[in-house]
Amino acid sequence: MSHIKKKKTKETPAVSTASLPDIVFMLLFFFMVATTMREVTLKVSQDKPQATQITKVERKDLTAYIYVGKPLNEVLYGSEPRIQLDQQLATVDEIQEWVVSTRSEINEKERTKFTVSIKADGMVKMGLIQDIKEQLQEAQAYIVNYSTIRATSDENMFEGNLQR
Amino acid sequence: MARRGTSEINAGSMADIAFLLLIFFLVTTTMDQDTGIQVQLPPSELPDDPPDIPERNLFEIVVNANNDMLVEDEYMEIEDLREAAKAFIDNNGEGSCTYCNGNQDPKSSDKPNEAILSIALDNSTTYDMYITIRNELNAAYRELREDLSQTLYGKPYNDLSEDERKDIEAKYPLVISEPKPLQS
Repeated sequence: MSHIKKKKTKETPAVSTASLPDIVFMLLFFFMVATTMREVTLKVSQDKPQATQITKVERKDLTAYIYVGKPLNEVLYGSEPRIQLDQQLATVDEIQEWVVSTRSEINEKERTKFTVSIKADGMVKMGLIQDIKEQLQEAQAYIVNYSTIRATSDENMFEGNLQR
Repeated sequence: MARRGTSEINAGSMADIAFLLLIFFLVTTTMDQDTGIQVQLPPSELPDDPPDIPERNLFEIVVNANNDMLVEDEYMEIEDLREAAKAFIDNNGEGSCTYCNGNQDPKSSDKPNEAILSIALDNSTTYDMYITIRNELNAAYRELREDLSQTLYGKPYNDLSEDERKDIEAKYPLVISEPKPLQS
C-alpha cells in the first residue's frame, strides 16, 4: 500500500472567480459616481426638445425644477398640459409661493444664484410657458434654464424638434 | 498542541454583496444630464418710458400658431435663421464698428451694441419651436464671438481668460426681447 496515489485522470481546473468581486466593485463604483437619484416621480410627460447651444446646470442644490407636460394619468387629470412642482401637479398661481418657499431654504449668501430649471415637453404651447415666466418674474427668480437634450448635430436638432 | 492561527475571513460572499449593490444602482440610475438653454429674465416692472429704438436696429421674428416664421416681414425657414441673425448683428450700418465684417446695409443694424433681437410668439406656438429659435440665436452670437476671439486673441473663445471673455461679450452683447405672446 503506497502512500502516494496516482491520479488517474487529470481534471481541468475550475476558472478562478477570485477576481470577480474586483470586477463587480469596479462596475459598482462607476454607477455610484455616475448616478443621480431621481428625486421626484414624474407625473407629466417629458419629451424634451433638443439643442446644441447648451449650458450645464452647475449647482443642483441651487436649482428648483418645474416639470411641464401632459399628465401621464389622463383619466384622472385630463390631457391638457399641467405643471408639476415637487411631487404634486399644481396650477400656475401656485408657482410664486413655491419659488419663495424653495428659495428660502437656500443659504442667504447664494440666493442670488438661485436658478429655476423648466423641464417642459416639446409639445407644450408657449402660452403656458409664458404664464410660468411671468410668475417667475413676479417671484423675482430671474435665472431660468430651459432644460433640453444635447443634440448631436444641427440637422438632428431641426429634425427632432420640428418634424413631430 | 496545535496552535490555531486566525482563520481567514471567507470573502466568497463579497461578490454577492457587491452584485446586490450594483443591481440597486443600476436600477435607480438615471443618466440625467442637467443641461439647457440659460436665460436671464427681465424684471416684471416695465420702465416708465420705453426707449425709442429705430426700426433698423430691431430684428423681428414673428411665429404663428403653426410654427411658421416671419423674419423682418419675410417668410423664412428655421435653417436660415442663424445666418440671417449673424448678418443683422454684424451689419455695421453706422461704420463705427471696427471688428465687424457686415455689408453695411443702411436698413439693418447700426452696430452690434444696438442690435436687438425680438421674438414675438403666438400662444399656440410649440415650446420646441421656441427652443429651436433661441438655440439658433445663441448659436449666431456664439459664432460671432468665436470669430472675434480668433482675430483678436488668436485662440478659441473657450480658452480665453475671464477678462478677455467679458471684453468679447461686451462687443457682441446678446439682447433678446420677448414681447407677450399673441392670443390666437
